[in-house]
Amino acid sequence: MAGAIRDLFRDHAEFRIGAVLVAFVLLLSALASFSPYPPESVYVVPPDVPPSLAYWFGTTSRGQDVFWELSVALRNTLLFGAVVAMISRVIALVIGLLSGYKGGWVDRALMSVNDTFIVIPLLPLLVLFYFVMRDRMSWLALALIMACFGWAYDARLIRSVAMSLKAREFTQTSLFSGMSTREILVQEHLPHVMPVVFSTAMNNMVWSIGLEVTLAVLGFTDVNRPTIGGMIYWANQHAAMVAGVWWWIAFPIAAVTMMFIGLFLLAVTANAYIDPRSRFRTIGGAF
Amino acid sequence: MLRIASYEAADCGDPGSFLRHGGALMSGYFAFLLRRLGQFGLVLFIGINVAYVITHASPIDPVEQSISAVTSFGNTAPDAVEQMRSALRELYGLGATPLDQYRLFWSRILRADFGPSLSAFPTPVSTLIGRALPWTAGLLAVSTIIAWGLGNLLGGLAGYYQKSRTLRLMGVVAIGLHPIPYYILALLLLIVFGYLWPVLPIAGGSAMNLPQSLTMEFVASVLQHAILPALSLILIGVGSWFIGMRSLVSNIVTEDYVVYAELAGVRPWRILSSYVMRNAMAPQLTGLAMSLGGIFNGAVITEKVFGYPGLGSLLVDAVYAGDYGLVLGVTTISIVAVSAGVLAIDLLYPLLDPRVKVN
Repeated sequence: MAGAIRDLFRDHAEFRIGAVLVAFVLLLSALASFSPYPPESVYVVPPDVPPSLAYWFGTTSRGQDVFWELSVALRNTLLFGAVVAMISRVIALVIGLLSGYKGGWVDRALMSVNDTFIVIPLLPLLVLFYFVMRDRMSWLALALIMACFGWAYDARLIRSVAMSLKAREFTQTSLFSGMSTREILVQEHLPHVMPVVFSTAMNNMVWSIGLEVTLAVLGFTDVNRPTIGGMIYWANQHAAMVAGVWWWIAFPIAAVTMMFIGLFLLAVTANAYIDPRSRFRTIGGAF
Repeated sequence: MLRIASYEAADCGDPGSFLRHGGALMSGYFAFLLRRLGQFGLVLFIGINVAYVITHASPIDPVEQSISAVTSFGNTAPDAVEQMRSALRELYGLGATPLDQYRLFWSRILRADFGPSLSAFPTPVSTLIGRALPWTAGLLAVSTIIAWGLGNLLGGLAGYYQKSRTLRLMGVVAIGLHPIPYYILALLLLIVFGYLWPVLPIAGGSAMNLPQSLTMEFVASVLQHAILPALSLILIGVGSWFIGMRSLVSNIVTEDYVVYAELAGVRPWRILSSYVMRNAMAPQLTGLAMSLGGIFNGAVITEKVFGYPGLGSLLVDAVYAGDYGLVLGVTTISIVAVSAGVLAIDLLYPLLDPRVKVN
């Protein structure tokens, strides 16, 4: 693992940029524990102060320090993305490994369901969910629903890896030595698909955080919990752009854009690293 | 498997085999068609069941919830409230057994009857949706075709001419734009073209003062209003097609048959278009079908940001107004429309990949 990261750092400029961006965002979100103000309170500092030495990123019209608010918001948003990624990875692994190893009608049935979950437009369903839940909508419930829809594309990738693993000799050896399906999948196949799991996890975070920001901006989540989308929502409610309080909206957008590009670059380079053909090309080989 | 392999071999061999194996070809295509129709049905079934579960798992009385949302905007006559209450109770099928509720839900969807809209009482929900659907379908179709075509063309070129600086720069831009959420990009475009350099209309589907008819003026106005929403969809969409096509093409160019064609002196453009890109198109078309749901999500947001009079704006405004029938109607119609779009793309697939006709 450490060796892989060192190789990626040396060979890919994209990986270096992505790592720096993600490290910066993580650092900013880690500062949230040191916030001098309770994150959900309003009117704790003078409102509408432009960026200065006292308030680095300025203050909002609701009397919050943008720097500390952003730090807490980033932490909550990243946590949301990580929870969705984790739950959906488990579903994707179970479906993908089983489907690829079993083949036959199990594979066909699972992949039909899988393709269904890929194409269903999720946003209208999430809006419907908010509509019936209203104030009882919690971020965990939202994360759970998104995880139930966010596994399908990656399950297909894992299935394709599992299918090639099935044809390898060690699978036959394990089978003849009397291992059960569960043992083969968990002990033999799982370690081989872990790189795919990591690279898809980052893409999945980009996806789920993007949807969460979108819902929050429209006011369709618990907007009192500080998140990136929630910050933009409140800035819009106070017409921050029209009032000239640009720092309220510019800093969250800059931070979330850095996070997206960073995570995406890490996922792309990890993918290129997993694929032996493109890895060979990067280190200057020829076929 | 052996039989199929022999068909394929025969197909490559002589053109007459097409006629001899015509029966097998037809049944192969028929099986493909049946499978796709089955998938279409499954998407509708699962999608609408999810909508049912979501609406009926709520711990809150949906009727009183909707009524308080509607009446909070001002004075409503007690008669009207009573009328709404009975309309809503009927809509939810409250009081019936769970099985009857479920049956009622499906019968409403199959008849596309979602009752009267509460926010635009008494206009039926289906009328409102019918009015909004062409805007969304038009915006989505045009921007998706442009994004897909442009992304594939540029990605194919970038994969083939890997040393070109211009194409590399394009790759960086496309990859940088791709992960940004639709909302953020749309907002940035709105700020740039609405406040900093106001040259394009930033809201609406056409100029307010024009009648909706097929005049040159109206069409021009529709196109002008579509530029910004379409641009935001295209800028984000192009990236993923670019990346996908570039990696497909850069793998294909190392294949022996491409090297052979180069050595045989086939013109580069011909190699790129009919030897390389043609093979990479099939997975990209599958990719388009698979990402249609996500593209639709983006359109919903883009419409809201630019005040475009399509399904997205209708959905969001319906939530603000507490209009249950309209929210449910737009959700189900979205599922139907997206899966119909996927089916249409799937049916194009045999044109690109003739193998499905035998397999």
